[in-house]
Amino acid sequence: MQLTSSHNLTGKTKKVANINTALAAATCALLGTAPVVHADEGVWEMDTALLYYGETDRVTAVEGVFSAKKDFGDEHIFSGKMVLDTLTGASATGAVSQPNAQTFTRPSGKGQYDIQAGDIPLDDTFKDTRVQLEGQWTQPLWDDMRGSTGVHLSKEYDYLSISVNGSLAKDFNQKNTTISAGLSLALDTIDPEGGRPIAFSEMVIDRGQFANEQNYQAAFDATRQKGSDDKTTVDLMLGVTQIINRRMLMQFNYGYSTSDGYHTDPFKVLSVVNDQGLTQSLVHEDRPTERTRHSFYWQTKYALDSGVADISYRYATDDWDINSHTIDSRLRFNLTDNTYIQPHFRYYQQAAAEFYQPFLLEGTTLPTFASADYRLGEMTAYTVGLKYGMKMPSGNEWAFRLEYYQQDPKNAGFEAPGVLQQLDLYPSVKAVIAQVSYSF
Amino acid sequence: MLRKVRIMLAFLISTQLVGCANLGVKPWERDLLAKDEMALDAEGNDLGLDDHIYFSKEATSGGRAFAGGGCGCN
Repeated sequence: MQLTSSHNLTGKTKKVANINTALAAATCALLGTAPVVHADEGVWEMDTALLYYGETDRVTAVEGVFSAKKDFGDEHIFSGKMVLDTLTGASATGAVSQPNAQTFTRPSGKGQYDIQAGDIPLDDTFKDTRVQLEGQWTQPLWDDMRGSTGVHLSKEYDYLSISVNGSLAKDFNQKNTTISAGLSLALDTIDPEGGRPIAFSEMVIDRGQFANEQNYQAAFDATRQKGSDDKTTVDLMLGVTQIINRRMLMQFNYGYSTSDGYHTDPFKVLSVVNDQGLTQSLVHEDRPTERTRHSFYWQTKYALDSGVADISYRYATDDWDINSHTIDSRLRFNLTDNTYIQPHFRYYQQAAAEFYQPFLLEGTTLPTFASADYRLGEMTAYTVGLKYGMKMPSGNEWAFRLEYYQQDPKNAGFEAPGVLQQLDLYPSVKAVIAQVSYSF
Repeated sequence: MLRKVRIMLAFLISTQLVGCANLGVKPWERDLLAKDEMALDAEGNDLGLDDHIYFSKEATSGGRAFAGGGCGCN
């Protein structure tokens, strides 16, 4: 768990306070009076970033981040962050492609869209703006013990997430070992446009069978639950950070997370197909109302003569049967005293949730829970990227990052009937990530 | 494949631990560890943005930081 700032953990000397403070302190020293400004007080450290994330034919996101941190003296540190992002584009509905064109009703119930034969069903009305605010306060408590507490808020048109966290960290062994424990409580509220679908209710599609608009609306409303729903999440995290030697440090974290409430994606459906693989109807998905997760995380950083190697591995498992492995590595090479390049490689592999199904078969018993969301299916994913950073004479830093991310969903052992054998049920998702950062 | 990765990881971790019977450094040996880029929260904005992307696109989150809560991201 990352509880401390780099200053606390590695004993790094702080940036010199601004020149006015230094001059004031010097003047006071000359005059033999105590300086008014606390000598330990740091300057505001600002980090900004603009990120573009674009999937081929699917979602595009633009995200701006502004974060600020200040040591108010004696390691009393405030950090804050503001994130603004916008998303547009198309998102997979969960329905399977078909040898003929398909018509879908939009989740709001207002309007329809058509998907051509052989195409993956994507809902192209996906559009959202999100604001995220964070604040965190960290300070020493007693005997090499530090405390930290913070709040987090994320708001979208139809989704609100509020969380509070608190943690304690204690140093041992001349600050070579740090153990920490943290707790976070989150409350999420969802109120989707058009309401939350009733589990496994059939999508109402207006094919001219309704006498008037009111009849259609009544049929649509019969598939919906009114009002909002929520989800509470409790996270516990235990961590150990160990300095191994002059060049290497390691971190081990164990994370426990349990959530209770609405986990269903109100925009996802499943195709109900016959033994020929032809879609007979579309039903709304339903997920369990509880989930308990465990994660084991190990990270090592190694100082090279001119650079840093950063490697991490995470194993995660949960009671939805989703087990995953993640390897992440960043290798920084300093080109000069002020410039560096940093290749990035990440590999991810997950098993399917126990209730994941790419489609439902007509005439079979309806399962208790089911989702065709490919993000809950078996998949591998990798990211390759390169970052270039340069420090200006002023000390401010520019950095540019370009990455490629690809997800390759896999068949977790489902036998496709009839026409589905000729169609791509597990298409890859390809995305480009571009980022510009400026720190001052 | 996964078994091999696990064995390699166990081997790597054990050799690192055995090779470092005296873990840690003296305060005056922190020159390299004190560099900005050696901090565990170096490139905090990059890590936060990555967490958000993978949280939205994959079924697992957290590990480095808290997993829960978040957004209704599609």
